[in-house]
Amino acid sequence: MTVDAPSLHDPLIRPIGLTGVLFTFSDVLTDDANHMALAFRAQIESQAIAGVIETSTSLTSTYVSYDPCAVGLNPLIARLKDLLSQTKPSSLGSPMGRRLWRIPTVFGGDAGPQLAEAAAMAGLSPKQAIDEIAATTVRVLTIGFAPGQPYLGPLPQNWNVPRQSGLTAQVPAGAIAVAIRQMVLFNAASPTGWRLIGQTAFRVFRPEATDPFSLRPGDEVQLVPVSQREMSALRARQDGSNGGASCEGGS
Amino acid sequence: MTQPTLRVDRIGPAVTVQDLGRPGQLAMGLSQGGAADRYAIAEGAALLGQDLGLAALEMPGFGGDFVASAPLRIALTGAPMTATMDGAALQWNASHYVAAGQRLRIGAVISGAYGYLHIGGGFATPKFLNSRSAHLAGGIGAPVAVGDVLPVGPDSGLDQPGYMLDVVDRFSGGTLRLLPGVHTDLFGPEIRARFAATRFTKTPRGNRQGVELAFDGAPFATEQQLSVLSEPMLPGDIQMTGQGMPYVLLPECQTTGGYPRIGTVMPDDVPKLVQAAPGVALRFAFTSHTEAMAQHRSLDAFAAEMHSKRRALIRKPNEIADLLGYQLISGMITGWEQE
Repeated sequence: MTVDAPSLHDPLIRPIGLTGVLFTFSDVLTDDANHMALAFRAQIESQAIAGVIETSTSLTSTYVSYDPCAVGLNPLIARLKDLLSQTKPSSLGSPMGRRLWRIPTVFGGDAGPQLAEAAAMAGLSPKQAIDEIAATTVRVLTIGFAPGQPYLGPLPQNWNVPRQSGLTAQVPAGAIAVAIRQMVLFNAASPTGWRLIGQTAFRVFRPEATDPFSLRPGDEVQLVPVSQREMSALRARQDGSNGGASCEGGS
Repeated sequence: MTQPTLRVDRIGPAVTVQDLGRPGQLAMGLSQGGAADRYAIAEGAALLGQDLGLAALEMPGFGGDFVASAPLRIALTGAPMTATMDGAALQWNASHYVAAGQRLRIGAVISGAYGYLHIGGGFATPKFLNSRSAHLAGGIGAPVAVGDVLPVGPDSGLDQPGYMLDVVDRFSGGTLRLLPGVHTDLFGPEIRARFAATRFTKTPRGNRQGVELAFDGAPFATEQQLSVLSEPMLPGDIQMTGQGMPYVLLPECQTTGGYPRIGTVMPDDVPKLVQAAPGVALRFAFTSHTEAMAQHRSLDAFAAEMHSKRRALIRKPNEIADLLGYQLISGMITGWEQE
């Protein structure tokens, strides 16, 4: 079976089960497709569409969950296509505005035992790798898998390194792992196929907080290198600073 | 006025407070969660004549001992379990009056997997993002523990009689209808045909996130072993691990995943999937969206039908341990919830 590759204005539209439909803008991660997925979701959220229960985005897709007793699949798709024709990727931005986060991170050592390996695959020394990551403002491309857990990227092209073939049994909460031009900041201790390069004291999900999800899709993030000693001091702080992170912008 | 409570003196593992979960957080990486068997929630609401959104206790495999602080109504639904009140047997799929101080004892499951204890007025534990559901995989809430005193909401139906329901059997497996999903086409026609012809059983390795399926035969590999981008997933999805072994996703599943999924069990059949005990035979039949829609019924419609089908509970006089309670309640006690 051959299928034309999906594009920004001719997405692949696939139902999932009886209650979901997925619009996919690219079968590989691109900035444009990610922007489009976010912008299309914002456009759908700005309308009150009968039967739509909730929406979300993955890296390059927009997902709509709906009540099939309230709206049929075909009328829903027709309505969504109409909305899509009015959506431009440049209209990116969550309704609350984009924010820039600076998150202290320890790279390498016990906190990031696979830094050297990942750096070598990216053609860099460990020091160069830290500098390059710290100099890159990444975006929250999507939040998924676990509550509040961001996929951060894109990193420069040389970071298009594959996942490892095996699984790391466990990385801790707050861990930074890298693969395919992205980094995950882990919500909770978890097994992973991505390479562990660093550690933050930042909690992406805080059920006790008024706003339990720290990051939003579209937010910008800079990882700020700190020493293990500085990280220990940050961890000891009891002032609710969330790992020493700072946030500007938004509303 | 004192809020009525239910004290927990003994409890099975992983018993949690569950309602219909919290839709609206998918974009933040949190799946809806909520009761694994939503039909059981609807049946409980029908038996007690109350709202579908009230919280109950979900009991996987084993219940516990509970003592009421004040007159209460309860309903028992889902997988039938042994149940007594002050030693007298209690009928399952029925609602009952409980007097203050009476001891409710719910034991092991008889068939199926998840039993439910509902309470008139619902459990009034704190809400998080509009739901009382524990979502253990997501780090929300905790299992019910011995010594917990569970608050109960006001019950406007304390003067109602007990009811019973004849429920549709969903505790012995069978054939589940499967709809296509994002990755169905990655599995070749032969693989899909073999999947539909295979007998599966749930293994004991599972929880509210998902459960592994066992079967005889070769793994169900996709034609393209290329890594696919992670896409949204939902309860009822059947994903294949890297080894081609099927794993069914349940209410606390992750919100996205990169393993290919052969299809999604239609919502109407998820209770049957959830309630299959390990070893019970399950089969999957692919169906089209149009066909499925012709057979689909909303949870509201199911609840309304259950409400219309409930009938007065008839019990043998020698089992009526709480007869005195009934006489009192119909005569004069209504007070606490209005004070």
